[in-house]
Amino acid sequence: MSKAFKKIYTKLESITKATVSLKASGATNDELATVDNRLAQVVKIKDDLVTLQVFVGTEGIPTNAEVVFFGEPPALNVSDDLAGRFFNAYGEPIDNGPKVEGERRYIGGPSVNPYKREQPSQLIPTGIAGIDLNNTLVSGQKIPFFADPDQPYNQVMAQVALRADVDKIILGGMGLTNDDYLYFKSVFESAGALNKIISFVNTTEQPPVERLLIPDMALTAAEYFAADKNEKVLVLLTDMTLYADALCIVSNRMDQIPSKDSMPGSLYSDLAKIYEKAVQFPAGGSITIIAVTTLNDGDITHAIPDNTGYITEGQLFLRNDTDTGKVIIDPFRSLSRLKQLVIGKQTREDHNQVMNTGVRLYSDAANAKTKLENGFDLSDYDKRCLDYAKEYSTRLLAIDVNISLTEMLDTAWELFSKYFNKAELGIKDEFTSKYWKN
Amino acid sequence: MKTTGIVTGITSNLVTVQVNGPVAQNEICYIDLAGTNLMAEVIKVTGDKAFVQVYESTRGMKKGDKVVFEGFMLEATLGPGLLSSSYDGLQNNLETMEGVFLKRGEYTAPLDDEKLWDFTPIAKVGDQVCASDWLGEVKEGWLPHKIMVPFAFEGEYVVKSIVEAGQYKINDTIAILTDENNEEKVVTMVQKWPVKVSVGGYVEKPRPSKIMETGVRCIDTLNPIAEGGTGFIPGPFGCGKTVLQHAIAQQGDAEIIVMAACGERANEVVEIFKEFPELVDPHTGRKLMERTTIICNTSNMPVAAREASVYTAMTICEYYRQMGMKVLLLADSTSRWAQALREMSNRMEELPGADAFPVDLSAIISNFYARAGVVKLRNGSTGSVTFIGTVSPAGGNLKEPVTESTKKAARCFYALAQARADKKRYPAVDPVDSYSKYLEYPEIVEYLQNRVDKDWVNKVNRAKTIIRRGKEVYEQINILGDDGVPISYHEMYWKSELIDFVILQQDAFDPIDSVTPMDRQEFMLSLVLNICDKSFTFETFEDCSAKFKEIINIMRQMNYSEFKSEQFNKYFEQVNKILSDE
Repeated sequence: MSKAFKKIYTKLESITKATVSLKASGATNDELATVDNRLAQVVKIKDDLVTLQVFVGTEGIPTNAEVVFFGEPPALNVSDDLAGRFFNAYGEPIDNGPKVEGERRYIGGPSVNPYKREQPSQLIPTGIAGIDLNNTLVSGQKIPFFADPDQPYNQVMAQVALRADVDKIILGGMGLTNDDYLYFKSVFESAGALNKIISFVNTTEQPPVERLLIPDMALTAAEYFAADKNEKVLVLLTDMTLYADALCIVSNRMDQIPSKDSMPGSLYSDLAKIYEKAVQFPAGGSITIIAVTTLNDGDITHAIPDNTGYITEGQLFLRNDTDTGKVIIDPFRSLSRLKQLVIGKQTREDHNQVMNTGVRLYSDAANAKTKLENGFDLSDYDKRCLDYAKEYSTRLLAIDVNISLTEMLDTAWELFSKYFNKAELGIKDEFTSKYWKN
Repeated sequence: MKTTGIVTGITSNLVTVQVNGPVAQNEICYIDLAGTNLMAEVIKVTGDKAFVQVYESTRGMKKGDKVVFEGFMLEATLGPGLLSSSYDGLQNNLETMEGVFLKRGEYTAPLDDEKLWDFTPIAKVGDQVCASDWLGEVKEGWLPHKIMVPFAFEGEYVVKSIVEAGQYKINDTIAILTDENNEEKVVTMVQKWPVKVSVGGYVEKPRPSKIMETGVRCIDTLNPIAEGGTGFIPGPFGCGKTVLQHAIAQQGDAEIIVMAACGERANEVVEIFKEFPELVDPHTGRKLMERTTIICNTSNMPVAAREASVYTAMTICEYYRQMGMKVLLLADSTSRWAQALREMSNRMEELPGADAFPVDLSAIISNFYARAGVVKLRNGSTGSVTFIGTVSPAGGNLKEPVTESTKKAARCFYALAQARADKKRYPAVDPVDSYSKYLEYPEIVEYLQNRVDKDWVNKVNRAKTIIRRGKEVYEQINILGDDGVPISYHEMYWKSELIDFVILQQDAFDPIDSVTPMDRQEFMLSLVLNICDKSFTFETFEDCSAKFKEIINIMRQMNYSEFKSEQFNKYFEQVNKILSDE
């Protein structure tokens, strides 16, 4: 669209760090505009006064800046040509490739009618026992990694993405360091998977508020492939904590009353709008979301992980196991809510009981460790638990494991038989008699 | 003539409208956005400015858009066909909507107005009637659905005419009533009622005097909920709130279940949509869906409709209550509703209370819980609404406004404990912190004595004491070490573990263990207490734990076996043998 058909204004009434206000007529809520050639969006209309949020910030904007209204909210051109491409937060190519032609679709579109959803039912194997055995993933699920900033969450996520059997992988990178961005790029390239990957990236060098567009861009592309093309799509969102931080900046500059941890009161709804895009469509397509929420020193009571946990279908908690020196998927704090949909149905009959017993014995080991640290004598059972825990952690919980689900179950039975007697397991007799290793 | 207006301001879904006539608080209006009518509710009026919350996204709205006020509040449509239906928070039928995606401004009728129902009259010409009296009934599935004098009819009426038994549509006239001034009023099978106003039309609201059985042992045995009672389940995420609520919904001894999925995950609702039509109600043998209505406003659906969803659900419950039915309402989660109130209060720039929630949060919550209860109807029958809500406390910390306000309003408290969930001890209901005030009601104690066992409440209290003592000695053992305490401490601890593993823990995914009828609960608790009453002699604390682990293992096998089956009896014999060997 050429400038000639758009409404242009040149007088700002007020300027704050993130917003400008001006008298304008006919502006619609949520529509895009440029202020002094910087992208902005209408966030408030009051009588004749229109307030615009300027994504990159308002530094240097003069009161006589040129404001051009576009007449439409943020949008993305969708077509099969998206595959293999890298874009910025506005959906513009950053890989020197041509502009993508296709149907223009507004981002942040409507929700799926819950009645028309299909129940997720397909297992996504990752080879990591901490996930497949204890916290099985299902297509159509939404689940974040909870990890401290020093943990290798992006690597684990890339690994999971490449092992998963999906048609498209869409990366939404928010506040990625340039190094991490290049890491993803090279991992995807060397796996020869580039043609099924689409990336929307905002790096730390770019303004934080731009990040707010990334999830909606990524998910609009995902909906195109999943709903229109019936493909299985995996969306990776990293790091959602930085996304929430950007929300916090905007609400603060808009003078909103903050709630817990100075986050906006609407944080739950804002995050839910993104995560709830995960869906199994009746026609076979699906959107699975794996995200990263970085924690501050493992604190999950902070508003960001806390609200996330209430929205997502579980969480995968990364932890350094000091006893074995490995990064493990913490079996206590991790959970996949959808695992019951596939456990014992698409996996072996003993899966559920083996999983629970394995974790319970690991928790007995944690108690024994506390006793040891407090200087008490350990019982024979305690000692067996501790030995079991080390082997369980190394052979099953560690993120560098890559085995099949049957191997995982057999390994668990091997450990049970090695360290415990049948009565200590509390597993149904029919399974113990079938799988116990003599 | 309807009041109209034009849009003058927009902040997210709070819209300011300049009006040209009278408007009422909570009145419904429609905003014309490029040909699509968006529903909104008046939440504040200042001068000729009405502040309305729009139940949809306001993307693309502009100053000058036209608004039409409707002259009524948000209403529920009540009539046959509510059961087995799935609605959004504004009672739009989700099933009849077109396409996979929700379209903005698409509103669908709650009830099918073409369907024919078999009507049988109850009232006769000349009968004196008033609001909520039964005029006739239709069979809704297998339940007798009463057609009542509309709740909005004030004063007394005489039945002037009533149709004969036969097939009618919901909008057909089934009776004509005359009021004191001899004016005629037409009654159909459908009526409307504003959701934020509680339904009256009963004689009295007595104290609850019966238990609503759920088949969940840690509720029925330890802290039972009364029919017509209130309870709430607070817990951090991942502690099994939803699994517990679904278990109650599937097994609850109620005739009607209404589930309000308020601001929660869509996939959890899908589970209900897909599984309830298949699952069988353990009390009647009918399909669960036939007695269930689902109100579903998931977290990604418009926030303003979240608040409406719990009220819509409650109004439907009260409607069935007036037919003399036992209704159970489950709302997951009331915290999301409170958050919706907070978002709006924030946009209205009201002075915030604790954690930025509106200051009247506590009053709003207790008003809502007060709509539950048992009622005695004019014709002598009773109906009830039992309400269980979940609360999602921020950070799992129970000292937050929603939990605290709810604690004042609800009579049963089922605290889900992170520590129990971490140990995979499900359901993770904390046996020490949780309570049921109903166990203090003399009428409930008497009911339990007749229904379960003469000594039942004493047994329950003994079990609770053992659990509490077990927790205390466990702390002692942790401080002093296994060898630092007498062996009797270990015995005490393991007796509490026995109750924990056999009674409290329950496998919600095992077809047998997931539902425990009351007689089985009585049998198992008595057996466990018999073991606890026994004093054992152990050489070492390790002998003690080994012996109890053995007993626990066998009794868990009992829980997995059909009650009093051959297999069950075999394990029962084994327990007896161990005990007699001691």
